[in-house]
Amino acid sequence: MGEIATLREAVSELVRDGDSVALEGFTHLIPSAAAHEIIRQERRDLILIRMTPDLIYDQMIGMGCADKLIFSWGGNPGVGSLHRFRDAVEHGWPHSLEIEEHSHAGMANRYVAGASNLPFAVLRGYVGTDLPKVTPTIAPITCPFTGERLMAVPALNPDVGVIHAQQADRRGNVAIWGIVGIQKEAALSAKRVIVTVEEVVEAFEPRPFQIVLPSVAVDAIAVEPKGAHPSYADGYYDRDNAFYGAWDPIGRDRERFRAWMERHVLGTEDFAGYLESIRKEEVVRG
Amino acid sequence: MSAQETNTTTRHDSYTTDEMMTVAASRELKDDVVCFVGIGLPSEAANLARATHAPGCFLVYESGTLGAKPDVLPLSIGDGVLAEHADSVVSVPEVFNYWLQAGRVDVGFLGAAQIDRYGNINTTVVGPYDSPKVRLPGAGGAPEIAASAKEVIVILRHKPRAFVEKLAFITSVGYREGGDSREELGYTGAGPTVIITDLGVLRPDPQTKEFTLTALHPGATVEQAKEATGWDLKVAQKVTTTDPPAEKELEILRDLKARTEAARK
Repeated sequence: MGEIATLREAVSELVRDGDSVALEGFTHLIPSAAAHEIIRQERRDLILIRMTPDLIYDQMIGMGCADKLIFSWGGNPGVGSLHRFRDAVEHGWPHSLEIEEHSHAGMANRYVAGASNLPFAVLRGYVGTDLPKVTPTIAPITCPFTGERLMAVPALNPDVGVIHAQQADRRGNVAIWGIVGIQKEAALSAKRVIVTVEEVVEAFEPRPFQIVLPSVAVDAIAVEPKGAHPSYADGYYDRDNAFYGAWDPIGRDRERFRAWMERHVLGTEDFAGYLESIRKEEVVRG
Repeated sequence: MSAQETNTTTRHDSYTTDEMMTVAASRELKDDVVCFVGIGLPSEAANLARATHAPGCFLVYESGTLGAKPDVLPLSIGDGVLAEHADSVVSVPEVFNYWLQAGRVDVGFLGAAQIDRYGNINTTVVGPYDSPKVRLPGAGGAPEIAASAKEVIVILRHKPRAFVEKLAFITSVGYREGGDSREELGYTGAGPTVIITDLGVLRPDPQTKEFTLTALHPGATVEQAKEATGWDLKVAQKVTTTDPPAEKELEILRDLKARTEAARK
């Protein structure tokens, strides 16, 4: 059942060194607060799973949390490269990073198989590309009914699934609206589930395209206002496009990255403290 | 445009080569098609088409937004503006499985880091995979768009490092090794039908499937196109000249970009 907890407690209890961890949110509702808390608690040797690693995995990789990354598109959307991700892959800094890469369709279907408690998923893709040569988790399979040759990808069942959502109610149900991405599959495929939310409400209002993740599918809920910054939460705040641009020179330089993370993430108690810290810096810079 | 700019701008450089590329790409999109759009240049061209000659074009983004009608260009594939006016918003598995793989997409609109003569695309790595010179973002939605969209339009700037003799990595399949070698893969989509660049237009030879220069944008030359291509570029017997951007096309494109720029801040 979705118990309301602090994010510190939730991460401390549910995320362990060496876990496979999926923090999902397809551009929308990226669980940044949870990523920062995992960095603060210095989790190590994680297998990080995420379709679009984005800034949160750039930060986790750069801070040495990850042994391996399972992903499908690793860029800074609308800006360019994820420099910490590239530095790890190209130069092994801060240490080598094993990668397992798929397409979006492959990753999406892996989560679906995981959520369905099936060992693998099939799709029409990958054939003729070089991806099966470098990714052992892509294998050909023949349909037993038609003989069609398809590709199989194994299920993803992360030890921990982490998502951010707009709201939870008092009973621990979770409401998500706007672009829902892979949120539901990431939660339902995981063994343990942490959800951060903008707020807890008495009852959900009906909204177009809203989905509700029932409390029975959630382990811990933590209230983290603006917890998806610099991504956005439909109905609460917009994407901080300027931050994605500002991240580029910070992420590009090892020293600057490390200093920035020490000042704003390790040097703060929680995400509210982090938001205050970067806000102050903006005032100083401005 | 200020009076000073008008005075110093000649008729031939009243638009940029990038603008010509986007306009030419937008014209490839017919009205009322279902188009699966990549972020960046494809999204720019598709939304220009929607604002000009193809208002009924049904845009699908991989974030699960169906019938998206963004009023500014999205910076990321999942910007709120895509969901805001969409006809429907579905999950990522649903957009790839029920829409793309099921054959509901007429046109896939892709960008590329590198492309070869058969329209195969690399967005994964430059140099050896295990010790890359440049690690690129990777596949994203492109491999299955290239596989399952009924046809594919590719848009990218014409440069030797983008138009290469041999790709270090095939992320998304075009015509593979040419001829009918794509057909053996069992895909439902026909493959790339056109590559639009800032210099001109390339279309596949009906037999060999090798991309051939069939049109040049005003001012561009065959020599320029050949120099910007890393293989011995074949040139059609008759090379046409692209119509320059119409005033209305430019006006709408510039307005779209100005509004996008304002939203970026």
